[in-house]
Amino acid sequence: MATKASSAEGSQDTGAADGEGNDGLRRRDYLKVAAVSFAGVGGLAAIAPLLVQMSPSADVLALATTEVDISKILPGQGIKAVWRKQPVFIRNLTPKEIQEANAVPVSSLRDPETLAQRTKPGKQNWLITLGVCTHLGCVPLGIGEGENRGPYGGYFCPCHGSMYDTAARIRQGPAPKNLFVPDYEFTSPTVVLIGSGGKK
Amino acid sequence: MSFTWAKAYEPKHPLARWIDERLPLPRLVYGAIGGGYPVPRNLNYWWNFGVLAGIFLTIQIVTGIVLAMHYYASVDGAFNSVNQLIMRDVSAGWLLRYAHMNGASFFFIVTYIHIFRGLYYGSYKAPRELVWMLGLVIYLLMMATAFMGYVLPWGQMSYWGAQVITGFFSAFPMIGEPLRIWILGGYAPDQAALTRFFSLHYLLPFVIAGVVILHIWALHIPGSSNPTGVDVKDEKDTLPFHPFYTAKDGWFAAAFLLVYAIVTYFAPNYLGHPDNYIPANPLATPAHIVPEWYFWPFYAILRSCTFNLFWIDAKLWGVLAMFGSILLLFFLPWIDRSPVRSGAYRPVFKRFFWLLVADIVVLGYVGGAPITPVNAALGQIAAAYYFVHFLIILPLVSAFETPLPLPNSISESVLHGEAAEAAPAGQKPRPGSVATATAE
Repeated sequence: MATKASSAEGSQDTGAADGEGNDGLRRRDYLKVAAVSFAGVGGLAAIAPLLVQMSPSADVLALATTEVDISKILPGQGIKAVWRKQPVFIRNLTPKEIQEANAVPVSSLRDPETLAQRTKPGKQNWLITLGVCTHLGCVPLGIGEGENRGPYGGYFCPCHGSMYDTAARIRQGPAPKNLFVPDYEFTSPTVVLIGSGGKK
Repeated sequence: MSFTWAKAYEPKHPLARWIDERLPLPRLVYGAIGGGYPVPRNLNYWWNFGVLAGIFLTIQIVTGIVLAMHYYASVDGAFNSVNQLIMRDVSAGWLLRYAHMNGASFFFIVTYIHIFRGLYYGSYKAPRELVWMLGLVIYLLMMATAFMGYVLPWGQMSYWGAQVITGFFSAFPMIGEPLRIWILGGYAPDQAALTRFFSLHYLLPFVIAGVVILHIWALHIPGSSNPTGVDVKDEKDTLPFHPFYTAKDGWFAAAFLLVYAIVTYFAPNYLGHPDNYIPANPLATPAHIVPEWYFWPFYAILRSCTFNLFWIDAKLWGVLAMFGSILLLFFLPWIDRSPVRSGAYRPVFKRFFWLLVADIVVLGYVGGAPITPVNAALGQIAAAYYFVHFLIILPLVSAFETPLPLPNSISESVLHGEAAEAAPAGQKPRPGSVATATAE
């Protein structure tokens, strides 16, 4: 529409000077629009590499899986592993902690999930989550020996006071979600492969 | 530039004439900051802070360029290049680094005073809306630059500041997490993030300098505002920028830079945070993470949103409120519809202005303090008041307030009848004008 209108306008202004009449002018407009559009598409295409270069590079993606030996973790203990440069909490829950987690009515939770949904079948004692608070990314306390686990016995984030229970579910404080459960699998009874789903 | 009586450039030296005929740069400078730019004669000291902001931008660019000659943008080398190489081994490195570190704080101090001056005297009103909006663009660019600069030493606060601030983007539904990963170039702040932050930290000050030129250009179309808010009417309302304001800005800049020097030499870490002298550790968060002081009011607004409302969760509300608190300032020229510019003639506005200042000081305190139930409640009240001020109080005040009578002209407001005394040396006061109008 805009092209037509401008060509009609242009024909009055420059028609005589151009010496080609209306048809010639329309053809010229077509050329202009085509040239500018083509250059525009080319320009946009040139932006693509400038944008994708900022995505995680191959060496960062190469760290996408981590293998962890969990044979030395006794019930009640936990370790901090590193996956994709982020801390991962691997915790061997005691029967009491499992019981506490299962005793909470799921509907009362901010982010309703059962312990069973957050662990692998038959391995309910192995709670594996990212050690990254879902509020603003701090590392909560509670995985190390003697650290403050907060009133719900799970984790406590010192930055803004988010409190997680023994299934690492958010119970109180500003965080919106439970601690994130990464993709993982047991490659043997004592070895966990984190990031096994190949999720980027 | 802006007034008919602005003096035209007359080259005094043949070389200046030769250049001016080929490239009128001397003419441009003369018209912008020389004798060719008439400025209201009644500017008070609050008008010195724009020039000071320009001085601090220059200090930051100069010290920053030389610091970049010694800095390594690598996660293994960054901390030592700052704290060992620059602070101990490079000749005068400690001075340049402290000057840059405190220069950022002082850049924000003078910019905040400059912004509050604009808020009080209605500098954002027609015909200077674009001056105001370009100023806000500069301010946003400054915040981005300062944030990325703070990440570069790769200390604990650098690292966790980067984690928390890029975490803001993850609050947006759907696109949030991929956006954050794209910004960082990884899943957590790491080499990719550090390198790109260094690249952008070097670039953005020059972008700021470009927008500063637009800011000044837009200002020089209507000319500077003044404490009465009354338009310039004729030549006796103004003075040439040079030598009058170059002299005033010059001595004030020297006095203010003394304060900057005292802090840089005697309390260089007072405005910083000791945790940033601990190397970054991605596996342990400092117990009390806070941004630099100049972000505290916004950090308080962010943290004050602790409840879900409608379909939006608390975390996204926090991020929206924080960005919104700055974005709404872009609409200020249309929020405050009062035709009177200066707060000096607006008794109700003036009271609410100081209440807003107090409110922002409270927000700043809360943003820098640890979260306790009292602080959290205080922050929520102060954050709510910030929005109430701009969205409710200001439109109502501008609709219902009765302003005080304005002076007839700038010179009348200055002269109080002493016409002869105030006339520039060698000029006779115009008969009848000032003396008769004010000698009531």
